[in-house]
Amino acid sequence: MAQSFRMKPPMGEDNGWWWKQAAEGKLAIQRCQSCQTLRHPPRPVCGECHSFEWDHITASGRGTLCSYTVLHHPQFPGFDYPLIIILVDLEEGTRFTSQLINCAPEDVTFGMRLEMIMHEDPDGFRLPMFQPAQGAAA
Amino acid sequence: MSHFLKDKTAIAGIGLTEFSKKSGVSELSLAAQATLRACDDAGVSPSEINGFVSYTLDSTDEIELARTVGAGDLKLFTKVNYGGGAAVGTILHAVMAVATGVANNVICYRAMNGRSGQRMGQGVSGQIISSDLVHWSWYMPYGMLTPGSWVAMIANKYMQRYGVTCEDLGRVAISQRNYAQNNPRAAGYGNPLTMEDYLASKVIADPLRLYDFCQETDGGCAILITSAERARDLKQKPAIIRGVAQASTQGQEQMTSYYRDELDSLPEMELAARLVYEQSGLGPDDINAACLYDAFTAEVIMQLESFGFCGRGEGKDMVRDGALDIDGRLPNNTHGGLLSESYIHGMNNIAEGARLIRGTSTSQPAGVEHVLVSSGVGVPTGALILGRD
Repeated sequence: MAQSFRMKPPMGEDNGWWWKQAAEGKLAIQRCQSCQTLRHPPRPVCGECHSFEWDHITASGRGTLCSYTVLHHPQFPGFDYPLIIILVDLEEGTRFTSQLINCAPEDVTFGMRLEMIMHEDPDGFRLPMFQPAQGAAA
Repeated sequence: MSHFLKDKTAIAGIGLTEFSKKSGVSELSLAAQATLRACDDAGVSPSEINGFVSYTLDSTDEIELARTVGAGDLKLFTKVNYGGGAAVGTILHAVMAVATGVANNVICYRAMNGRSGQRMGQGVSGQIISSDLVHWSWYMPYGMLTPGSWVAMIANKYMQRYGVTCEDLGRVAISQRNYAQNNPRAAGYGNPLTMEDYLASKVIADPLRLYDFCQETDGGCAILITSAERARDLKQKPAIIRGVAQASTQGQEQMTSYYRDELDSLPEMELAARLVYEQSGLGPDDINAACLYDAFTAEVIMQLESFGFCGRGEGKDMVRDGALDIDGRLPNNTHGGLLSESYIHGMNNIAEGARLIRGTSTSQPAGVEHVLVSSGVGVPTGALILGRD
């Protein structure tokens, strides 16, 4: 499994808070405090009402598979290949880019139901991944 | 009313270096060779060049190149962002400058040791916090580090939605490899590709295989823009610029515009299409040949729809009908393109556009009046329509 190879995101004002939530085991979605619109990836201003005021909600972690790719080459140290990268339509309405685990590449299907599982690297870095929803198959 | 930029300027010269996997010279040297050849091709002295436009990714600064080739005093120097999305953007900036009298003779260039030096598919990383790096950081930690991985996500969705098959992608790769057999400059020259070869090649980022990816090339390409009036007095048949535009749309990210409602089309390319058609007063029926940006095969099929050559989901049918071949509806990338000639970030596709208008392509279709050229796909992009004088 993964060593401490992973490129860490830069922790800026606009995104660092999100990774702190992940470190606490939560998949956060930014929310405009003025018009309540959810947005991801996070950014400092609401594109709908232009408010700079925001907070966040914690996603349920449930969603469906929007698209995916199975990466074979080039192989970067530390990642397990074939590596399944997915777009998840979260049930709250935003979309999230992640990795699918506990699923063989040939079993991936568009629209399959997914659930979030918080992955932790040996160095303690945490990031949300997804697996097929329990009880969703068959 | 005619658009202000329509027919005011022309491509008067094109200059290419040799394309290789190891140039053995600096990128500045490649840029200088390409520039001097473009000047020579046009019959314009380098001392008459007073503008340079390139890509932000290009390591050669405008003033370094100006000093190296003995250009005149510069009145325009600028670089366009977003990788291959800059390609026809450089032409737009030159056209705006020449049409307004800001500059007279402008060189657009891209020179790169794209194989022996900095390669594009080696992953991205960085320490400085910028909005661009924060953007990439939603993908980097997951191991999504290469253009192929970013493009595959959209290609897969598009293919699933419209029933596009691997063989359809293979048809694009083979069509362009066939053109490369006539082009001695091309990386694919002397190396024909069969469907069997294509399907047997290794999967890189499912559904994309090796031959769905463009070349990696050391080389340079320069395009000389001047007024249409001046171009008529120079050595080559001018390729008149009927329309040229940059385009970026809502929800645009660099390569990863994954958060739009629909992921099975190219909104920025549809905008580019609308803008160049409006500007030129032309439509898809007027376009006889194209150089659609082809870093990846799937993007070519999607662009057939963006530019209105067919309806949504019908790009695959055009490809199956042989539309992209020399005797087809829209001969495309007749030099081999980025897939089979070389990857000079689309600048070499603009050069082929000019050759198609001149009638000097190594695979010249009959009766070419108008050629469409596009910039990088999945990034802020643009489009260009060239016409015969």
